[in-house]
Amino acid sequence: MSPDLHDIWFVLIAFLWTGYFFLEGFDFGIGVLTKLLARDRTERRVLINTIGPVWDGNEVWLITAAGATFAAFPDWYATLFSGFYLPLLAVLVCLILRGVAFEYRHKRPEERWQRNWENAIFWCSLLPAFLWGALFANLVRGVPIGSDKNYTGGLMDLVSPYAVLGGVMTLVLFTFHGAVFAALKTTGDIRVRARRLAGVLGLATVAVALPFLVWTQAHSGNGRSLVAMVIAVLALAVALVMNRRGREGWAFALSGVTVAAAVAMLFLALFPDVMPSSLDPRWSLTAANAASSPYTLKIMTWVAVIMAPLIMAYQAWTYWVFRKRIGTQHIPEPSAH
Amino acid sequence: MNLALAPESLARWQFGITTVYHFLFVPLTISLAAITAGLETAWVRTGKEKYFHATKFWGKLFLINIAMGVVTGIVQEFQFGMNWSDYSRFVGDVFGAPLAMEALLAFFFESTFIGLWIFGWDKLPKKIHCACIWIVSLGTVLSSYFILAANSWMQHPVGYTIDKATGKAQLTDIWAVLTQNTTLVVVFHTLTAAFLTGGAFVIGIASFHLWRAKRATLRGERLSEKRTQQIGAMRSSLRVGLVIAVIAGLGTAISGDQLGKVMFEQQPMKMAAAEALWETQAPAPFSVFAVGDVGEGHNSVELEVPGLLSFLSHSNFTDAVPGINDIARQEAAAYGGEPEDYIPSIFMTFWGFRLMIGFGMTSFAAGLIGLWTTRRKRWLDPAFRTGEYEVPRLMLTKKREMSPLFTTWSWRIGILTMGFPLIANSFGWIFTEMGRQPWVVYGLMKTSDAVSPGVGQTEVLISLGVFTLLYGVLAVVEIRLLAKYAKAGPDTDEKPPAKDPRLRLPSGGPGGGAADAEADADADKPLTFAY
Repeated sequence: MSPDLHDIWFVLIAFLWTGYFFLEGFDFGIGVLTKLLARDRTERRVLINTIGPVWDGNEVWLITAAGATFAAFPDWYATLFSGFYLPLLAVLVCLILRGVAFEYRHKRPEERWQRNWENAIFWCSLLPAFLWGALFANLVRGVPIGSDKNYTGGLMDLVSPYAVLGGVMTLVLFTFHGAVFAALKTTGDIRVRARRLAGVLGLATVAVALPFLVWTQAHSGNGRSLVAMVIAVLALAVALVMNRRGREGWAFALSGVTVAAAVAMLFLALFPDVMPSSLDPRWSLTAANAASSPYTLKIMTWVAVIMAPLIMAYQAWTYWVFRKRIGTQHIPEPSAH
Repeated sequence: MNLALAPESLARWQFGITTVYHFLFVPLTISLAAITAGLETAWVRTGKEKYFHATKFWGKLFLINIAMGVVTGIVQEFQFGMNWSDYSRFVGDVFGAPLAMEALLAFFFESTFIGLWIFGWDKLPKKIHCACIWIVSLGTVLSSYFILAANSWMQHPVGYTIDKATGKAQLTDIWAVLTQNTTLVVVFHTLTAAFLTGGAFVIGIASFHLWRAKRATLRGERLSEKRTQQIGAMRSSLRVGLVIAVIAGLGTAISGDQLGKVMFEQQPMKMAAAEALWETQAPAPFSVFAVGDVGEGHNSVELEVPGLLSFLSHSNFTDAVPGINDIARQEAAAYGGEPEDYIPSIFMTFWGFRLMIGFGMTSFAAGLIGLWTTRRKRWLDPAFRTGEYEVPRLMLTKKREMSPLFTTWSWRIGILTMGFPLIANSFGWIFTEMGRQPWVVYGLMKTSDAVSPGVGQTEVLISLGVFTLLYGVLAVVEIRLLAKYAKAGPDTDEKPPAKDPRLRLPSGGPGGGAADAEADADADKPLTFAY
């Protein structure tokens, strides 16, 4: 039996979200580390500049995930975005301020100007890193969805210990991922400290990720999600070992595998639903009942098959161009650009 | 419930505010990307430093602007699902495809290559670096194409059927959606308007610098070497801006005329509303000014040019143009309800249409006058010629310069021209979207049926408040930053990258090879650009 197009698109949407969390995961982590790791403005600038050329391209994975969901699963897109209205508003506000902060922070020399934008970078990295985990926890666990496919709950229906744990997990995991990235991309004193901090953050990640993933597995898991969970936990353990040994490239690859496997686990736990209803399983949105027509899916498959490898190739090339480590000695005087 | 505070009205206000705001940045991004790319190409090809300085200067303003365009664009994509979920369910099968294509084909280009361009001055060979900004420019154009194809489908749905089981629109022909005449003409109109906006932006800032320098010399001040260099750069920039404004302005007028003809056919109500033409008339007059009495269904005051509307819609001065009352009766008969349900806001469409044309054509006229008065020196008497690094005299004829008063006002208007296309663009969109009401997808879905049923009044009030406040604050921040950098002028002391870096392919292996030894020599050199 050949797989249905809507199942393929479920995998593609999962792939886009995985790519987004892998890439913007360390961006968010770097944002949080500007207060956790950096000791002064120059060190903050070292951190910000490790993601300077790439953060925007990383964020487009989110835009594409949302756009592809709209095209391939209109009902999923409609229920998800209208249902999670206020948290998504908060995410939007953060992404707006954070993006502007990266571009504008260095454009004026005034202390207050720079400090305000630095605060924006910290808070607007921290909050989405938490909110995405909380939202995905709700997505997997199920939310009140009526027979007409509309979300019927309120804001408080999205708040639960499980959702909070999910949020804390992504926040800590992304910060760990960011610290490992910082150790890989910086040089000098900050690199040493990044590695040390990554060790601590890695243990913290184990402490919150294990209960969350086990809880997820117990509540909504299946055989495939169990495999992904085991991979996530193993990768996290090996990432910690590699970080301790100073194998920064391996540590980053494995923290990336941890993020990817954790996201994959959530999607595997979700399938074949895309948004389970906590009111009545018959009202759940599934990959089949939320999907677009085969014609639309076929066209989008062609576009994705042609474009995705090209996009990954030129984004990888960008990372290659900016492969050089950055240290405090590389940060130019704070003159107006 | 108070109608003005109904979730639908609030969601419409939010969509209107966020979209008009987003579109202040979009046309500037499209045109400044191409202008910056053109200037960098000139530098790469000629090696002249003035082009390098111009590239850096306009590139800086472009970056301040695109930052806002990018982040406000994310809101647009989320908003369909957040506030218009029933719309998203109904159209997703058709409308989602161009949106996803926009992300895959355009946004990745823009975002990835803008990073390479900003940070890559000393990392990429000149030609590759220049290619990066051209790819960004291509991305902006592709982006506008796909999103306008989606919007055109709302204006004139094609290539779909209504699925009998679900009652939703289903795509049957993507090619029809991407190449229907509405899409093509709208893309033509929007891109020409974008370049008119960019041309006017350049005219405004160049006029500011030249007029400031002119006043300084009139006061008897001696200009520094740096100021003289800047005058040279601004004089070239002014000419570039004027030429772009004139060509793009002409293109905007031609495409606008074509779009008008398409709309007379596809949405006669929008065009009748644009003219406050209440009754069908043959020949139909073009209204210069009217005060409508919507309750009575006619105008109380009007000033008209006979036959002109027939010409605009049918290219002859005699044919009939259907009026608002007739079309409203036809639509009520076809779709049910009362005729007045099908009449959009005549005030907004009538005046939006006029402000769009008025401000657009004023910018075009400013470009035309500027192009003539600052023309090349072989068309001027030798006594009036000015050098490459001097502020040009504004010449009416070969030997006659504008009077001092007119010169003053010409430069001032030159500066103000910067804002005109922004006003025209905003009213153009307000006209075309409000003129389609009560429909969100013309003939298929009404706006009142499109709103998210699960999102309440409080939630939309919160988001409307948050966006309005945030956008207001950011507007102040952005405008002040633009003004600071625009006033500072090009940094003519900056030297272009000394050597052309060689591009090594990953096959060399990270950290290995003889080529890396050379790179290690300046391993501790500060970055040429850092956030």
